[in-house]
This record gives sequence, C-alpha cells and structure tokens, in this order.
Amino acid sequence: SYFLRHARSRNYVSESEVCKLESVPLDFGDYHPLKPITVTESKTKKMNRKGSTSSTSSSSSSSVMDPLSSVLDGTDPLSLFAAAADPVTAAPPTDGARRKRDKDESSAVGSDFEPWSSKRGEILARYTTTEKLSINLYMGSEKGKATTAGSAVSEKVRTRLEELDDLEEGSQKELLNLTQQDYMNRIEELNQSLKDAWSSDQKVKALKIVIQCSKLLSDTTVIQFYPSKFVLITDILDTFGKLVYERILSMCVDNRVSLPDNFSPESVNDTAKETCLNWFFKIASIRELIPRFYVEAAILKCNKFLSKTGISECLPRLTSMIRGIGDPLVAVYARAYLCRVGMEVAPQLKESLNKNFFDFLLTFKQIHGDTVQNQLVVQCVEIPLYLTLYSPAIDWILQCIAYHAPDVLLTEMMERCKKLGNNALLLNSVMSAFRAEFIAARSMDFIGMIKECDESGFPKHLLFRSLGLNLALADPPENDRLQILNEAWKVITKLKNPQDYINCAEVWVEYTCRHFTKREVNTVLADVIKHMTPDRAFEDAYPQLQSIIQKVITYIYDFALLFSVEKFLPFLDMFQKESVRVEVCKCIMESFIKHQQEPTKDPVILNALLHVCKTMHDSVNALTLEDEKRMLAALINGFIKMVSFGRDFEQQLSFYVEARSMFCNLEPVLVQLIHSVNQLAMETRRVMKGNHSRKTAAFVRACVAFCFITIPSLSSIFTRLNLYLHSGQVALANQCLSQADAFFKAAVSLVPEVPKMISVDGKMRPSDAFLLEFLCNFFSTLLVVPDHPEQGVLFLVRGLLNVIQDYTWEDNSDDKVRIYTNVLHLLSAMTQEAFIYHVDKVDSNDALYGGDSKFLAEINKLSETVVSQILDHLKTLGKEETLKRQSQLALYFFNTILAHGDLRNNRLNQLSVNLWNLAQKHGFADTKTMVKTLEYIKRRSKEPEMSHFTDLALRLPLQSRT
Amino acid sequence: MGTTLDVRVKRAGKVYRDGEILSGVVVITSKDTVQHQGISLTMEGSVNLQLSAKNVGVFEAFCNTAKPIQIISSTIEMVKPGKLPSGKTEIPFEFPLQMKGNKVLYETYHGVFVNIQYTLRCDMRRSLLAKDLTKTCEFIVHSLSQKGKLLPSPVDFTITPETLQNVKERASLPKFLIRGHLNSTNCVITQPLTGELLVESAEAAVKSIELQLVRVETCGCAEGYARDATEIQNIQIADGDVCRGLPIPIHMVFPRLFTCPTLETTNFKVEFEVNIVVLLHDDHLITENFPLKLCRM
Repeated sequence: SYFLRHARSRNYVSESEVCKLESVPLDFGDYHPLKPITVTESKTKKMNRKGSTSSTSSSSSSSVMDPLSSVLDGTDPLSLFAAAADPVTAAPPTDGARRKRDKDESSAVGSDFEPWSSKRGEILARYTTTEKLSINLYMGSEKGKATTAGSAVSEKVRTRLEELDDLEEGSQKELLNLTQQDYMNRIEELNQSLKDAWSSDQKVKALKIVIQCSKLLSDTTVIQFYPSKFVLITDILDTFGKLVYERILSMCVDNRVSLPDNFSPESVNDTAKETCLNWFFKIASIRELIPRFYVEAAILKCNKFLSKTGISECLPRLTSMIRGIGDPLVAVYARAYLCRVGMEVAPQLKESLNKNFFDFLLTFKQIHGDTVQNQLVVQCVEIPLYLTLYSPAIDWILQCIAYHAPDVLLTEMMERCKKLGNNALLLNSVMSAFRAEFIAARSMDFIGMIKECDESGFPKHLLFRSLGLNLALADPPENDRLQILNEAWKVITKLKNPQDYINCAEVWVEYTCRHFTKREVNTVLADVIKHMTPDRAFEDAYPQLQSIIQKVITYIYDFALLFSVEKFLPFLDMFQKESVRVEVCKCIMESFIKHQQEPTKDPVILNALLHVCKTMHDSVNALTLEDEKRMLAALINGFIKMVSFGRDFEQQLSFYVEARSMFCNLEPVLVQLIHSVNQLAMETRRVMKGNHSRKTAAFVRACVAFCFITIPSLSSIFTRLNLYLHSGQVALANQCLSQADAFFKAAVSLVPEVPKMISVDGKMRPSDAFLLEFLCNFFSTLLVVPDHPEQGVLFLVRGLLNVIQDYTWEDNSDDKVRIYTNVLHLLSAMTQEAFIYHVDKVDSNDALYGGDSKFLAEINKLSETVVSQILDHLKTLGKEETLKRQSQLALYFFNTILAHGDLRNNRLNQLSVNLWNLAQKHGFADTKTMVKTLEYIKRRSKEPEMSHFTDLALRLPLQSRT
Repeated sequence: MGTTLDVRVKRAGKVYRDGEILSGVVVITSKDTVQHQGISLTMEGSVNLQLSAKNVGVFEAFCNTAKPIQIISSTIEMVKPGKLPSGKTEIPFEFPLQMKGNKVLYETYHGVFVNIQYTLRCDMRRSLLAKDLTKTCEFIVHSLSQKGKLLPSPVDFTITPETLQNVKERASLPKFLIRGHLNSTNCVITQPLTGELLVESAEAAVKSIELQLVRVETCGCAEGYARDATEIQNIQIADGDVCRGLPIPIHMVFPRLFTCPTLETTNFKVEFEVNIVVLLHDDHLITENFPLKLCRM
C-alpha cells in the first residue's frame, strides 16, 4: 500500500478559491471588433466637432470615415461595376447566378419573365401518348413531288439543287412504330448527330439534319403528342441557332479581341458577313415552307451581323410567312416559336408579337373547319382534348405579349378575344398568360365571361381552374371576394367528374384559406369530401388532396383553430394509402413544430396529433429506412416536447406513459420519453424545493420506475448505459436511494455486454473510447453514492472494478490501466474528510463513515490492488515495440501521483522518481512535456507546505535528447 | 505533303465588277525549297453553250455554238524559273478587269445550257521529275448597275377555273377563286420577288402553293435556235389548307450564281419566269406563269 494511506489530503474549498479564474469585470469599452462600424464613425465625427471651433466641413468628416463603412454605403465598387456592365437588367445584385443565366439567354428580358425552359418540362409531362409514332427522314430525293408542268427538268440540276434536302444521298429512313420514349431518344440522337456533324466541320450535313427535323413539325399524325414534339424539335433548332451564331461570332475575332455584346454590323469583317449571307441564301432556297420558316427563325439572331435593322425587318416577314401554314395547330406553334426567338433576340420588338396574336385570331375559325374536323375524326381525338393542345402555344404568345405590357394593351387583347365569341380556349390562355393582378382586379368580369362563353368543347372547369390560379397569386377587390367564391364554387360543385372537380377545387382552396375564416374552409373541405368519397374517387386524387392539406396548414397554422375545423380530420381519413397518409402526417407535424410557440395541453390538439403521430409510427416496419425512421422520430419528439400540462405532473406522466405505449417501435422517441420523465422528476424536486412530501415522493418513484422499465427495451448499449447512469443520478437527486442503486447495478451488469465494435452513423467503430468516457463519468457519480447498509463497503465500486477486470479488452490496449489510474483519482477523493461534491439531502460516504479507519483501510486495500495491477501492466510493456506505450503510461501514472499522492511519503516519493525515470528511459518521452512538468513541480514547491517538492524536483533528472 | 499551291482573291465574296482590279495572292507552302520552271497565272472568262439533246442534230451542221465563247483572257508570268524558299510564300497579283471596245463583261451565271464562268488558274511548271502543279479558283463577276431607274411593273392576277388554259374537262374542276398580285415583274436581282396571294374560296382543300423559278435559255444564231425552260428552284409558300380570305405573302430570294440579269446577245439569251403553282387536294394542278425581267442596280 504505497498510495492511499498517503493520499494527499485536500481542502477543496480553498483549492477552488485559488484555482478559480479571476473574474474580470467586463469592460464595455469603446472598441469591440464586432461592434457596428457606425458607432465608431459617429463618435469620430463628434470628436471632430468638439476639437475644432471652426465649422466642420463634410469633407473633414469623410476623411476620417472608416474605410469599411464607406465601402458599404452604396458605392460599393463591385455593385457599381455590375450596374455599369449590365444597365438593362435591374435585377438585385444578390441574384447573381440567375442574372448570369439571363444574360446568356436574353440580354434584355428581366428575370421576372418566366423562361421557356421552365415551360418545356411541363409540356413534355402533359402531352403524352401511348400511340406509335414515326419519324420520316426523306434523305433521298423527293421524286414525284415536284413534277412541274411544262418544264423539262434536267435530273442533274435537280440533284444539285436538292442536295440541300438530302441528308445522305439516296439513303431514306423511315422509322415506324416508335413508342414515345423511342421517339424522344431518336430526337436526342439527331440532336447529338447535329452537334457531331458541326464539330467535324460538316456544316451542310448539320443543316440537312435541322431541315429534316423541322420537317417533322409539319406532320400532325398522333396529334396529342404534337406539343411535346414541338418542344423536342425546337430544342434542336435552338442548338443549331446557337452553333451558327457562335461560329460566325468566332470569325469576327480580330487580334484575339472578340466583339462586344452589343456590336454593330460595321465592326463585323467581310468573311463573317459572307458566311452569314451564305447561310441565309441557303435557307432561302429550302423548298418546303415549314422547314424554311423554322430554320430561318432559328438563326434570326445572325441578322445582327448583317445590318442593324435586319431583325426588325425579318420578324414581320416571318410572321406573315406563317399565314401560309394551313394547319392551325402547326401554325400556332410556329408563332409560338417565332415569339420565343423574338423575345430572346429582340424583346423590344413588340409589334410582331401582337401581329402574331392577331393573325392567329384571324385564322381562329379554321379550327372548326372541315379539314381539321376530318383529321380529328380519323385520329379519334375529341374536340376538348384537341383544343387543350393549343394552350401551351397560345399561353406562350400571350405571355410574351403581356410581359411589361400596359394595361391598355391587355384590355384591348381581351376585347378582341371577346369579339371572337368569347371563346373559352382564348379566355383560358388570357388568364394563364396575363398578370395575376390584372386578372384578379377584374375577377367578376372574368366570371361573367366564363359563364357566357361559348364552350365549343373547351372544358369550363379549366377556366375556373385558371382563374383560381390567378386569385391564389393576387387579391381581388375586397368587396367582390365572397361573391367570387360563391360564383366559382357554384360551378365547381356541379362538376361530375371527380378528376375535373378535384383539379379545380385544389386551386380554389388556397383562395378560400387566404381570404376567409374557418367556416368557409370547413364548407369547402366538406364539399371535397362529399365529392371524393363515392366510389373511392379519392384514390386517384392523392396529389391534389395532399396539396389541399398543404394549403390549409399553410394558412391555418394555429392548431387549435385548425382542429376546430370539423371536417379537417374526416378529410385526413381520405388518405387511405399508407405512404400518402404518412406524407400528409409529416407535413402536419412539420407545420406544428414550426409554428407552435407555446407548450399546449389542449385535449383536441393532443388527441388529433397523437393520432397523427401514431399513424406515422405505425408506418414503420422492417423495411423502413433509417433516415425515414430518424425523421419520423424527430417529428414525434418535437410534438412530445411541446406537450405540457403545467403543474399537473401526474397528467403529464400519464401522457408519457400513453406515448410510450404508442411509439414503442421508435427508439429515439423512447429515449426522449425517458429524458422527459427524468426532467419531470427534477421539475417536481424543484417545485418541492428538494423536500418531497409523501405524495411527491411516490410520484417521483413512479417516474423512476417508468425509466427503469423503459430502458431495457432500447437496443443501443451506450444509450442504455448512459440512461441508466443519468436516471440513477436523477433518482439519487430525488432521494430514491434504493432505486438509484438499482440503476447503477443495472449499469454495472451491462458493462460486460459492451461489444468491441459499435455502429456509429452507419460505420463500425471501436467502442473503447465510448466505454472509457462512460466509465470515468460513472466513477465520478459513484463518489457520492452512499453504500447500501446491507452490502459491503464500496459495493458498487468493487463490482465495477470486477467487471472491468473480467472485461475482454483489446490485446494491445492500455484502456484498462488508464481506467485503473482514474480509479485512483476516485479512491483518493474518497479518503477526504469532506467530498468534493454532494447531492443535496443525500448523505454520502464521508458523512456515513465519518473518516472511519476501517473504511479507509478498505479503500487502501482496494488501491493497493489497483496500483499493483498498474505496475504489473507496466512491466509487461517492457518489450521493444511497446516501449512508447510504457513511457506514456508511466508518465500518466506519475502525474496521478503528483496530483493526488502525498509525496512526503518516502516510498511514494521513490515510486514517482522511478516512474519518471521509466518514462524517460528509452527516449520516448516528449522533452517539452517533461520540461513543463518539472517547471510545474518547481512552481508548486514555492507554495506553503509544498517544500518537499523542491527535493523531488532535484531527484528528477531531465534526459537530454541524444 | 509536298508542295501546295493556292490562289486566294482578296474579297471574301469573290465578287468583282467591270473596271475593277482583281487582286489577291498566290500562296505556295512547302517544307523544302521548291525548284520550278516558272509560275504563271491565267485569268479566263468564257461562255459555254451546251445543246440540249433534242436539238443537237439540227444545229451541228450550221454553226458550232458548242465551242466556248471567250470573254476575257490574260496570262502573266509571276515568277521566273528558279527556287522558292521553304515555308509559306505569298506572291501578290493584280488583274485589271477591263474590256476592250464595247464588249461587255457578262455576269457569272450557272445554268443548264448556258454557263458563264470566270476562273483564275495558277500553273507552276516543274522539271521532268516532278509533276506540274495547277490550282484553279473561280471568281464571280457582277455586271455594272444598269442606268436609269427601274420602273416597277405590278401585276394583279385572278385565277378561276374560267381563266385556265389547257384544261381537258372544265366541268370536273372544283370551283375556286384565287387573287393576288406581284409587286413588280421588273426585279432587282438582289431584292426578293414579293407580292401577295389570297385564296378567296376553293371547293377542294388546298394542298400546297409554290413559287417556281424558271430559267429560259435560248441558244442559236440567225439560222435557228433552241429554247429550253428549266426549273431553278421551287419555293413553297403555303402548306396545307390555308385560311380563306387571308393574304399569304409571296416572297422569293433569287439564288446567287443560278440567276443573272436577263441577258440577250446574238448567240444566246437567258431569261427568267416565275410560275405560281397551286396544288389542290384532288391533285389538280393550277399554274400561272409570269415572265420576269431581272436587272442589277
């Protein structure tokens, strides 16, 4: 027994006095790096005024101005530069990435213009077909097509002229029976071969590909796919237009200086101009109208190289050229393309946009003409479907027209549409393209028009849907609001087809939530339930129903109010497919966690949300992903944390008990519940100021019991260990000694089960670091745990030491010895007359034994064993490859003795000197550390009663580095 | 790859007019020094007349029009026999395009029976061991602006079953009324042919409306001549059943090289016409012909 008989006796109070950091009163001086700069500035100004009796000019103040603040006051050189470089787009400078893209695509259209790229996905998704498609690439010469009267055409010349039309001489390709996906792949292939041809300098082949592709746009078989076909093929045209433009632009590079963005035709060199002209001549000789139109439109931008007025002359010509396209659908898409190119290249030329729309109105009657009707009969396409095919094109044209257009123009457009018999198709496009504010302000007019309008096959519910979409974005005049809702809902509720109905209702729910109270919302929800329940129609409308819920909770986030909407819960019952149901529940819980500020005990909210959480919990099964579980658990935990019954602790506990039975499959929830219950116990203690009454003591024991029986059901071993320790501490704090013992015993008996490797964030990691940490924590707690009267002295410490002794440690790890060394800290603390810390109202061993010599002897025996274990281990480390570890451990042990041992004892003194030498013996000691340690000893020796350190220091040689 | 020879004229479009100076460079690139027996450059312009098969028998006896008619020809010796250094050598040249007397420099034209072409040919003569090198480069001649103002000559037209000639069964024709106008049949070659066409009514659906540009080439002399009309290009201006009562633009760009100002000489003539071709759905073909007069301003 070297050690504990000679444990240094400590006076913790005085030590802490000495060691405490000196508290320094905070000096809120003038200077702080995080203080706003303005403060400094105003101060300097003030001083200026004080300092000079003469009038201070503004220049003097600016001369002392903080350089940083002067940068920040709006004359930031970067923003100045940006403003100068891009005067047209007045987008905020933060919007950098977006602005860059805008610059790429169109130099003058602002970011508020919804670009084509955002439309194309929508169109591709909406206009699909299951019918077989075909691609006809007439790569051979078109024999028999151009037989002309009275002129003998020499075959040779014709071949030469039509060379442009041929992709590869004589090869004719007709791809039949393509599915939609095949078709899209083929088009993509063509796009790729265009790029390939271009990069391998086969410009003529590239042009041929583009011509052939645009020819496909004159084909209206499988008409319901036409809008998507348009999207795919105009992508190719865009690529082509870009390639040609960039190629010509690259020819203008003079002395490595490329042209500025807004170059004038004069600065374009002759070669570039000639190339450009060549393109236009080639395109002008394309035989067929539709390819000629599309290809010329695609390279419209290249007119910039030839003349300033080129584009403004071309646009009207191309616009009227479309009049030659007989098929109204093909024509309207051609117009849409022209508007698209026009907006990109010359958005200032509004006239052509308007002209396009008016021309379209002029040809509108064709839609009901024989040619179109016959075609529809052949293809078995109904008129309502056919009419919706026009929407993307008309929408786009109107959107271009409406962009930054004065109200007068919009009104004129509206009048023109009205004149055409108030056509539903047009009305719909007007509503989807014009500004929402414009529409909303005239909502009543629109409702009137919708009612009167000639349906001519275009479904009316789409009109109401479009109107609803506008009203979701902009508010109608206050006085009209209720009437609008009534008028609209009158029509919506009469819709027979559940899909039509729900598509409409979904949109109008937002309007209702936005402007009306829960009564109206309730009515609307009730109506939806009424329509969607028969024949389980809701099964086909989950996305829409989900969106309705989302809108409702976006606007009504006060949950007391939300659940008082009677139809809300019945509405939830419509989500019968589990995955959707869980999604909806998640949304609700997210909203709750986000918006609920105060803890609640409202029984309505609790019941409803418990139900919601239960649904989420019950969706968990063996196949649920870890992430999903984590997410669900986080949501449920968020809810549990927001439940409070105030002072009614028993109610609170019974809520936790109920929650435990409900959410038993989600471990994180159980963990949360244990923490919550522990917190509840501590809260009780706080309220009782530590003196439990009979009733509160019983309650606290109930809390403790809750934890004790919940912990074993968890699977993670460290969670269990930490919770046992934590709950034991709580039990101790609440004077439940035997319960605390039970927790600690459980923890002790669990330690042997700790596996060597545990999974942390999905990776296998060695567990030793965690175990070491836990054990140190545990030992610290054990200091204050009083011995059980019926068990032996230090029953728990012994138990734990036995477990550590028997635990199978890694072969080459020193963890066990490190723990033993730490146990010495505990044992030395236990020998003190008064322990360093206590639990309020719990007598620890210091009070129980009162420094009894038998007790001390026990501790000594224990420490003797531990020390001998340590020394044994040090001996085994004498091998070559373990010398470094030996040195480290020896120093660690040395430090322990230094801190906790009484070095006036000679044997202990000798031991420490030996350890010191052992640490240095093989040259593995870190000289810096050794020097610092020695300095520490010397410093300590100056303290009173520490003079023996002086001798010690003399006996500790420093090994010079060899 | 040994020695390469290239002739480059200065202008990107290679277009020159009477009285201008044709300038450019001959570029010789070689890794080694080039031994040669002299480099010469020849400028030539000629009209090639070709007789169409159906007429050959008649004319061969009378006059030999098939032989090219030389318009201009001149040769210069650029470099005397000697050596050229390795690398790239550029030798500039200039030719005045000057006609003697009252001869005219015809405009470049590529047709079927008449071809008017101008070339620059560079020859590098070399010793017996190495082959002579030749490089030809075509350049384009535009005639001078015609004096005086071009008088626009608008034409209005109306096409109905009644106005048609060459109809076999007038009774079987569907009823239709097509009106329109050409802004001028006197056209500046650099400006498009423009006009409007309007399908007022048509019983049968319209399939296509096209503009057919036709060249009329006449070869011959006092004894007789051959006249052939061939298509240059066909431009569709309407596709499908167009909207009734809505004017459709007529617009056609005259292709370069294949058209030239209307030309009339003692040996040959080059004239142009445009056909408006309306194709109806029951395969009725209606054609309306308009002679054009092209000029360069």
